[in-house]
Amino acid sequence: MSIDRDTAARVAKLARIKVEEDALPALAEEFNNILGFIEQLNEVDVEGVEPMTSVTPQRLKRRVDEVTQGDMPEAVLKNAPDSREGFFAVPKVVE
Amino acid sequence: MSDLNKLTLAEARDKLRAKDVTSVELTEACLTAIEGSSALNAFVHNTPEIAMEQAKAADARLAAGDAPAMCGLPIGIKDLFCTKGVPSQAASGILEGFKPEYESTVSQNLFDDGAVMLGKLNMDEFAMGSSNETSVYGNAVNPWRRGNDDAELTPGGSSGGSASAVSADLCLAATGTDTGGSIRQPAAFTGITGIKPTYGRCSRWGIVAFASSLDQAGPMTKDVRDAAIMLETMCGHDPKDSTSADLAVPNFEAMLTGDIKGKKIGIPKEYRMDGMPEEIEKLWADGTAMMKDAGAEIVDISLPHTKYALPAYYVIAPAEASSNLARYDGVKYGHRAKLEAGDGITEMYEKTRAEGFGPEVQRRVMIGTYVLSAGFYDAYYNRARRVRALIKKDFDDVFATGVDAILTPATPSAAFGLGEMADADPVQMYLNDVFTVTVNLAGLPGISIPTGLDKQGLPLGLQLIGRPWEEGDLLNCAYALENAAGYVAKPNKWW
Repeated sequence: MSIDRDTAARVAKLARIKVEEDALPALAEEFNNILGFIEQLNEVDVEGVEPMTSVTPQRLKRRVDEVTQGDMPEAVLKNAPDSREGFFAVPKVVE
Repeated sequence: MSDLNKLTLAEARDKLRAKDVTSVELTEACLTAIEGSSALNAFVHNTPEIAMEQAKAADARLAAGDAPAMCGLPIGIKDLFCTKGVPSQAASGILEGFKPEYESTVSQNLFDDGAVMLGKLNMDEFAMGSSNETSVYGNAVNPWRRGNDDAELTPGGSSGGSASAVSADLCLAATGTDTGGSIRQPAAFTGITGIKPTYGRCSRWGIVAFASSLDQAGPMTKDVRDAAIMLETMCGHDPKDSTSADLAVPNFEAMLTGDIKGKKIGIPKEYRMDGMPEEIEKLWADGTAMMKDAGAEIVDISLPHTKYALPAYYVIAPAEASSNLARYDGVKYGHRAKLEAGDGITEMYEKTRAEGFGPEVQRRVMIGTYVLSAGFYDAYYNRARRVRALIKKDFDDVFATGVDAILTPATPSAAFGLGEMADADPVQMYLNDVFTVTVNLAGLPGISIPTGLDKQGLPLGLQLIGRPWEEGDLLNCAYALENAAGYVAKPNKWW
């Protein structure tokens, strides 16, 4: 499996990280190095082995589906780069 | 009294209870030590006002006879922990200016018991790194040097600031977190003790998430007794973390008898790596002999899938990171890129994340994105999770034969120079975690303790791996090894 420049660009797009055109070849090469290392996993016989979902056998605790905390819009917005009238503010998303 | 900052937690606790010192005095001694430590770049946000306020409150509690073990003890908090009203950036530019409106459960547990926060500690960005060189604050520096050579060495990572601060006596102890070795490797590089408890022992609530199925908090301390004291305060069930274990927390310190007669200690043959430095081989053999002399039974064991732990980790951890770090989008907190006319929300996300994340974090987020993407999910992510199941089974099988703990080296080398790995490919840096990463994948407790020095006078550590939830027994094995090794070396102050 080899990652080319176009694949690197697609991954960057999926990850929502802007990568300049001229940085793509080096990025693709780094991906290939790391993926080459990861490919070792193909040597392992995993036939019949379930993918691990939880490292401890215990069941996740459940709680009643009810509001336990809330009504603190100021605290929620305190760290926002931009907020207006009790909302997070972002660039226009609909025409 | 001088040098109060050099006390262990246990010594300081006993002096506080005996009214020999006050928490204010201990705290002032640490704040003075921190002031003179800028060359180490360990503390990155100092909180002297909070510290003095907490110290006075602790002295009042001590005077009233209400003194839990951590009451009045000044510590440092890794920048990964959210601390209310205090910058908590995970050493990342993307969280520039972020001051949480809440407190992490672990730091709250410590404060409830009266611990004093001196400030926030340097680390690798989002805990991704093994040398503290990916931090937005710049490198943390190891107080240890190679003899008279003044080259700066790494304190390890990701909890590099915590390790440096404890080793240099800037604080009595510090919190750390460990996703692939981030407590144990820096502890080994700086000659201190660090324990990662069983997954689920410490609540992850309020700790900036890296890889949620692997992350665990733990104490970084001057010795094993201190690790027992601080761990007990840090852990406990927390309804706010669904993976937090609803189990009673034992009195770990009371379990330190030093008696390991009849304990079965496993030596895994797969940890004898090709090209392992002779000094590490000898350290390991010496440690094995010490445990045998202390009455333990030494058994050879096999953990056949060890070799695949790092590659599995470098699928699972980036996959979880790519998901966890999706929240840094310039909307809710932290950095937002300046936009140009016509830029929409996608440009805002892409520019914000390109500016805010450093190169290693970007690399891991993109690797994670790739292994989770359509068409590769089975080939990479699911395969890695299958291999992870096999790695855990290796340990289950060994423990089923009656092995109580497993002894291994903590790291493949002593601390290396800052910048020495700059030209190496990322995989070379990942190899630092070769002995520690299996423990995270299997969710087990692991402790690193210093047991010797290399030819250049740098500390080296051994790791003990325990059964799940049996941190008390593990700490006792480590205590016996610590007693036998008699490690007392400290770095010469140059900073």
